[in-house]
Amino acid sequence: MLRLEPRTSPSHAMAIASPVIAAVAMLVTGFLLFRLLGKDPVEAAYIFFVKPLNSSYGLGELLLKATPLMLCALGLGLGFQANVWNIGAEGQLTMGAIFGGGVALWLGDSSTWWGLPLMLVAGVIGGMLWAAIAAWLRTRFNTNEILVTLMLVYIAQLYLSYLVHGPWRDPAGHNFPQSRGFADAQTMPLLFDGGRTNWGFLFGLILAGALWFFSRRTYAGFRLQVAGLAPAAAAYAGFSEKRNIWLALLISGATAGLAGICEVAGPIGQMQQQISPGYGFAAIIVAWVGRLHPIGIVLASLLMSLLYLGGESGQMSMALPSAITGLFQGLLLFYLLAADLFITFRLRNVRTTGQPDQAPAAPVAAASSGGPGATPLESSP
Amino acid sequence: MSEPIESPPRLVLTGITKRYPSVVANESVDLTVRRGEIHALMGENGAGKSTLMKIVYGVVRPDAGYIRWEGRYETIASPAQARRMGIGMVFQHFSLFETLTVAQNIALALDTRMSNAVLATRISEVSERYGLPIDPHRLVHSMSVGERQRVEIVRCLLQEPKLLIMDEPTSVLTPQAVRVLFHTLRNLAAEGCSILYISHKLDEIRELCDRATVLRGGKVSGTAIPREETNDSLARLMIGSELAECRLEPNKTGEVMLAVRELTQAAADPFGTSLADVCLDVRAGEILGIAGVSGNGQKELLAALSGETLTAAGSIELGGRPAGQLNPAARRALGLTFVPEERMGRGAVPPMSLASNALLTGARNGMVRNGLVRTDSMREFARDVIARFNVKCGDERSVASSLSGGNLQKYIVGRETLLKPKVMIVAQPTWGVDVGAAQLIRQALIDLRDQGVALLVVSEELDELFIVSDRLCVLARGRLSPPVRLADTSVEQIGLWMSGQFGAQAGEEATHAAA
Amino acid sequence: MSPFVPMVQSTVVAATPLIFAALGETIVEKSGVLNLGIEGMMLVGAIAGFAATLATGNAGIGFVAGAAAGTAMALIFAVLTISLQTNQVATGLALTLFGIGLSAFVGHDLAGMPLPGMEGVTFPVLTSLPLVGELLFHYDPMVYGSIILLIAVMWFLERSHAGLKMRAIGESPAVAHSIGHPVVLIRYLAVMFGGATSGIAGAYLSEVQTPMWAEGMSAGKGWIALALVVFGTWRPGRVVLGAYLFGGVTVLQLFAQGIGLNVPAEFLSMLPYAATVVVLVIICRDPKTILLNQPASLGRSFYPGT
Repeated sequence: MLRLEPRTSPSHAMAIASPVIAAVAMLVTGFLLFRLLGKDPVEAAYIFFVKPLNSSYGLGELLLKATPLMLCALGLGLGFQANVWNIGAEGQLTMGAIFGGGVALWLGDSSTWWGLPLMLVAGVIGGMLWAAIAAWLRTRFNTNEILVTLMLVYIAQLYLSYLVHGPWRDPAGHNFPQSRGFADAQTMPLLFDGGRTNWGFLFGLILAGALWFFSRRTYAGFRLQVAGLAPAAAAYAGFSEKRNIWLALLISGATAGLAGICEVAGPIGQMQQQISPGYGFAAIIVAWVGRLHPIGIVLASLLMSLLYLGGESGQMSMALPSAITGLFQGLLLFYLLAADLFITFRLRNVRTTGQPDQAPAAPVAAASSGGPGATPLESSP
Repeated sequence: MSEPIESPPRLVLTGITKRYPSVVANESVDLTVRRGEIHALMGENGAGKSTLMKIVYGVVRPDAGYIRWEGRYETIASPAQARRMGIGMVFQHFSLFETLTVAQNIALALDTRMSNAVLATRISEVSERYGLPIDPHRLVHSMSVGERQRVEIVRCLLQEPKLLIMDEPTSVLTPQAVRVLFHTLRNLAAEGCSILYISHKLDEIRELCDRATVLRGGKVSGTAIPREETNDSLARLMIGSELAECRLEPNKTGEVMLAVRELTQAAADPFGTSLADVCLDVRAGEILGIAGVSGNGQKELLAALSGETLTAAGSIELGGRPAGQLNPAARRALGLTFVPEERMGRGAVPPMSLASNALLTGARNGMVRNGLVRTDSMREFARDVIARFNVKCGDERSVASSLSGGNLQKYIVGRETLLKPKVMIVAQPTWGVDVGAAQLIRQALIDLRDQGVALLVVSEELDELFIVSDRLCVLARGRLSPPVRLADTSVEQIGLWMSGQFGAQAGEEATHAAA
Repeated sequence: MSPFVPMVQSTVVAATPLIFAALGETIVEKSGVLNLGIEGMMLVGAIAGFAATLATGNAGIGFVAGAAAGTAMALIFAVLTISLQTNQVATGLALTLFGIGLSAFVGHDLAGMPLPGMEGVTFPVLTSLPLVGELLFHYDPMVYGSIILLIAVMWFLERSHAGLKMRAIGESPAVAHSIGHPVVLIRYLAVMFGGATSGIAGAYLSEVQTPMWAEGMSAGKGWIALALVVFGTWRPGRVVLGAYLFGGVTVLQLFAQGIGLNVPAEFLSMLPYAATVVVLVIICRDPKTILLNQPASLGRSFYPGT
């Protein structure tokens, strides 16, 4: 009979293979789902996963949508490594957009060279401030960051809604809840002609490199990892828990804020009620599928971006609800988490001998922590 | 022992084998326990004693072998079945729920349901009959370790067991409490209950047990009648060689390097012990041992000393400087190193390599420059520790969790030693470590002392403290006894102190003795 | 008529789904499992309940369908976290994201369709009492169901042997396992119970409160339910009290708008979320409050070994 048993040391091969397994399992499920819906699965798969990439414009869109995912996920991944559960990147992204967009609207039609950099900085600060609330409440009042960051998402979105319905509404905009468009000088330069990909993608790649260096080579990065892998060891070594929490939240807030301003100063080009189809939440999945590793996150953000494009393409060509994207995202993370089991466990064929009528494996008591990031809902001191 | 056997033995194990992915815990183990007999299961840490007992108690299934209970072959599928058959077990790390009451805890382990009132009466009856006083309505977290053990024993006795398994029961008791426990066990045996007594303490086994089965590396290395053996002959069976000894030569002491002044600190943990008016001095070139049963403030005192909890600035002095408000990293900068009790997850980060684990506490020793990690010097340091402390592992890239407890402890002690401390604090230096590693670790501590380092050793093992300490204190209920020179005290006196009885009189005695 | 009676009535209706979801999660967390997927289970329960009611015209069948859908979602979570030892936080998040996607996908064609809502229970004599009748005996059956659930959960946790076992497992699964309690089975049951109540909570939104289906209609109520469990320090009575308080906050904003208070609607809508944060701060401020009340093994995987 087959039996699960712990490996003596974690499998590196499995750690890399597991996202691939998860992606394949997701595709297979998609195949079955399309069949269930009475669609031709081959055609659906083509429309979903191939057609969006058929043109250079499509490829540009892939990079465009990957940008906010990548930016948010890079910051989140760093936090998750340190056991800091910022799940409110969506809110920080919104705040980044509001701060940066506010600067853009204030600048109006002026075309100074420092306008755009100032917007970017403002966006970063907006995201950081929003995350700082969670960091402060966690370090000062022991308040769980999962719930706080999430509540702040709703508050940020309502605030944006207030702005575009009220003070920022374009008087010439036929009462639509949106601001006037940003001037050209306040829009992100494009990366290539004939697409919408902007410099934001480049920022993402640079950030990935910087975070890779931070994690691999700096003492501060080491301290964050220790805090995530073994909080007691971090306390023993004298790594300040508060400093780690602040660092993790500020960095992830900053990258989410950057993602926000890159969206409104990029493809959107104005302030409006909805600026993100849930990039901040999808980034959680991206961070996970990317193994919390910068290079993995870059790749995973491309995969996730394809899911968004596929959803749009399916909606247009096959009248499938675009919500299918969310479905695939959830499935992908489920499969990944399940496949990750085999990093620390393996299946073995066990021959039972000895006592007659022996039933399978009676267990020996052992509590194991759920790998990096098993955290109770409340942060303990 | 050739008395005629009217009835089959209570328990016979034949050819019991249990393999885990990385080790064979038990290999073809045979064991027989007779009625009313106190049978010792001996072996050093990692010899497979606990696995064997879990097999008997139905927690673990053997891969091969047979269990005969009162003459009948049985498969013990679960602890509940074991209890129905009449097997009771007192675990080494108690299986009690801290936030529940004694009665609730006992109700959870009973297979027959009874009303709370009936249960409370039964508990009182049994506890009186065997001289194990407990209050059924108390919350477990408010009880001392000794009291918790009583709850475990009473819980077993309520089921009127025919076989009682005791896993290392004396490690949590004062010497006096051990006397009381032995008395209870002898009474039980006289009533016909068999007792399987797991231990590695030779003196105790020779005093208490009728027969002994010795495990070494998962196999039976012999059986003996302990009363007819010497400690040396038993040790040979257990570890395959004589017990090596460390020697503590008289040594000149220097300045006071670590001082604690009137430290009073409420516990942060609601289930913790508060420290009351703790004072101590450790001089360069000496080892101060702190005895006492865990849960008497050891955790809190160690946290205060290491800097994990902060105290009034003047309450702790390192090298003459106030350090109570310094965090662990700042105290390391003053020359303190620290070996914590938990190795995996505190002293070392389990999924990280040994080299990275060197960086955990070694940043100040050239492994970090300008905020960047110097991988080479980190790895070199780790290789040095591995070589000098004979750590058995792949190389410095092996992850900490792949090492055995003893080897990881050698690595951690080695790391903290090679960081060139002026003061070193060590908690439970050899807990759960095999004899060879224990010997090496104790010698390393003594060598450090001889080089003029001030050492503070907190241990539950009195035997160990009597080997390595120059002076001894006892921590009981958050209060620290006055120090006493090893030559001026005895196990009995320390045992008395461990139950908290060191008033003004004891203090006087100690001062007098030390003078 | 004074706004008092309708305010109380709306408060009760607003609190009822929170009570179902939070009491279920209390049980789940008492067993040591942290399921962050309430939001997702609620949404799936909402669409299942809505669709079933729409098809059968029977609200009761809708609630059964909601509970079943919530349980099915919880079962996915249970298999992953309990059997496959996945990280509970990540899996709970995945469950929420999956639930949002699944419900939106399934409910694509049902958005905006109306349901008649659920009729109130009529108690003989009591309902017709002045004031008292309107305040207490005027609700739909699920409101009374939520009170019955409260009593049942309190009895289970405080008085029953099974409840004692479950609390013990939440305290220390390793110890419970070593004395022979079925940790895995009991955790499965607890998680599935939490799924059923979350499903009912969701169905209440789409069948009674609104009553219609809209994408993401739970609007964070699943997360607020999680916060309520902390707010109530894992005690069912306090959890329910918290739910009514939050119901009150939600209703307050509606009435503030009604009486023409000159504050933008968005700021009033922020109130429940801001209140959640404030309440968490108040409860968590003293770490001991949490340490003393939180099940000790909460959020940690348990590997029973071989």
